[in-house]
Amino acid sequence: MEILNSIISVSYYVLAAFIVGLIIYNLIRSKDWKEEVLLVIILIPFLLRIFLLK
Amino acid sequence: MKKKDIIRKSVIGLFGIMILVVSGIAFYQHRHMTEPVVVSDYVSRVKTLGDYFDKIKGTINDCNLYFLEGKEPGGTLLVLGGSHPEEPAGRLASWIIAENAEMQKGRIIVVMSANRSGTTVTRPSGAYPASYTITTEWGGQTFRMGDRWSNPLDQWPDPEVFIHYPSGQNLAYVDIRNLNRAWPGRANGTLTEKTCYAFMNLIKDEKVDIVIDLHEAELQYPVINTIVAHENGQELATLVSMMITDFEGFSIGTEFSPRNLHGLSHREIGDHSDAISLLFEAPEPFLDATRGITGVEQLLEGKDEFVVKAGEHGLLYAPIDENGWPVDVRVGRHTSTILQTIESWNEFFPGKEIYCSNVPRYSEVIENGVGAYLKNPEGANPSKIFYE
Repeated sequence: MEILNSIISVSYYVLAAFIVGLIIYNLIRSKDWKEEVLLVIILIPFLLRIFLLK
Repeated sequence: MKKKDIIRKSVIGLFGIMILVVSGIAFYQHRHMTEPVVVSDYVSRVKTLGDYFDKIKGTINDCNLYFLEGKEPGGTLLVLGGSHPEEPAGRLASWIIAENAEMQKGRIIVVMSANRSGTTVTRPSGAYPASYTITTEWGGQTFRMGDRWSNPLDQWPDPEVFIHYPSGQNLAYVDIRNLNRAWPGRANGTLTEKTCYAFMNLIKDEKVDIVIDLHEAELQYPVINTIVAHENGQELATLVSMMITDFEGFSIGTEFSPRNLHGLSHREIGDHSDAISLLFEAPEPFLDATRGITGVEQLLEGKDEFVVKAGEHGLLYAPIDENGWPVDVRVGRHTSTILQTIESWNEFFPGKEIYCSNVPRYSEVIENGVGAYLKNPEGANPSKIFYE
């Protein structure tokens, strides 16, 4: 049970980090400043989570 | 990539980093803020929850346990504050006991941060204040405002459905992080379940006679201004209710813990130990769904025109007027109900009495304010200062 909980928790952090990577990739490729602002705003909660801040 | 694209992306990126740093600092400070406790001279020892279960040792929920002991042996009362850290009256009432109580007989074990993880976070999107300050003669003492649930940083993610152990009852997914849905806990479960398991060990090892779990509730919730009692505490709770209502200047009801609703302290502690389990509810308009601005003023003064309006439409289970439900009233309800529980216990169980003094009753807390009973850590004996 404990091991399963740990695996699931770590998997979610890996998933969050993967999404951060995807957002940054799209941020680099984007040509539209509005989309870039949106991507930066979306990025913040994921970063706060993987930095163990919120 | 063109130079102008790089400049634009850099400016937008800096904007994001700025928000990240400002919010990150605020969240970090909330999570790591400490709250001083200047304990009563009658606190004979301070243990931590991890002393009763190794797997809690060193975790965020390895909370302090303050043992107030009289010279004569007697009964043992466990007071749980901070099961739901978004209900500050429970924490403040337990604070007042730990800092002021003088014991003559028996023991009181006081917990201020039963779910310490839950004190380090507020409700996402709830716009809760991160802290609140109680005014004192020496300035003021600031406390962390918390949440109903453990911090997702400590236990994440939540399942689709929370299957309570050991009953197998299905509960709301988010309640897997709710300390008052995880009793009696399990040794190899989640952090919240392990915390309950550790408390059950404490209750059994220390032969606790009564457990009082302090809460507050929204006025739109039917279980309010009441004592919820396991069947093993029904007579005690009924006597307390009658005595309070007759002599203290406020009324409090009794409700019996439903036998088929699992995970709550008033059900599971009574079912899985010899202790009498009681849960006290005081009114907290801050929690009502129809509240206005969710600020410190609302939290401490308990005034809200929108909740009053809901009352005019008959949507509330407790009265409210323009005077609201100030924190002094809510804390005073808890301290008086605890004291009356001790007095009624003493009548029911001669030989196992608990005698304590110097804990203010309802009228005293209202007259002097909660701040009058908080001790100044500046200049206090360092051996008496602990941190939550």
